[in-house]
Amino acid sequence: MAEPIGYMERSRLYYQAQGFEKAYQWARFDEVPFTRLKKPLSESRLGIVTTAATYSRTAKDFRAVDSGSTVEAPERLFGDDLSWDKKATHLDDRESYLPLIQLENAVAEGRLGSLSPRFYCAPTNYSQRETLTEEGPEILRLCQEDEVDVALLVPL
Amino acid sequence: MSLVARILEEAGIPTVILGSAIDIVEHCGVPRFLFTDFPLGNPCGVPWDRDMQHAILGQALDLFEQAKGPRTTVRAPFSWDGDVWRDQYMEVRPEDREEMLRKGEENRKARAEKRARS
Repeated sequence: MAEPIGYMERSRLYYQAQGFEKAYQWARFDEVPFTRLKKPLSESRLGIVTTAATYSRTAKDFRAVDSGSTVEAPERLFGDDLSWDKKATHLDDRESYLPLIQLENAVAEGRLGSLSPRFYCAPTNYSQRETLTEEGPEILRLCQEDEVDVALLVPL
Repeated sequence: MSLVARILEEAGIPTVILGSAIDIVEHCGVPRFLFTDFPLGNPCGVPWDRDMQHAILGQALDLFEQAKGPRTTVRAPFSWDGDVWRDQYMEVRPEDREEMLRKGEENRKARAEKRARS
């Protein structure tokens, strides 16, 4: 089995070659929170969070927390401004990064209680401080508003 | 996304991250992580492969119940067709140096403009 790519090292070399002098400091914590399920998954409402956007953006555009309907879901999301492997693959199949059909199936099968009426878009800005003090709390607020019990987070 | 997981978890919402950058996620430390060793972009399975996507989502749901503590990583038993992408991603070739520096200059300019606007 091939070794997984070391993305931290790969991106350090890449941005160094682009002339960035200071390497990005990836977030790291000694303590990791852990919450147990409060009720069975078959009675829980799941919220899904993606890093993709509901509209086409460029790297120059401002990014903010967003949401979309899981009931009348868009056919696809966008990520032109994000780092992912644009040579090897594509975002044409929404289910490969926002698996709403599979989640609806899990609800129909009784494996999952319900799906939140909205999916949530985390903007993945450069600033970890902003993520921790603004964007993360805003995602939490939306999840609480929708009475989400468990969250599936799917970064591109 | 690892940071969002922390915030939700601290507020009492259990999380599973389903992603393909294992070094970044484990470096940060998250409660539960389902790792799919695919090119970044399709963590939930190969495009249009509904059977694989079904199995991967099933594993993600299982992980909510199975994890006994934080930093639980499970590796999905699927692989991408071929390994060419592993070397190609963010590849730095000597012949691309000039073009990369130009791109970097563009990036810095775009970031500065964005900062000035926010």
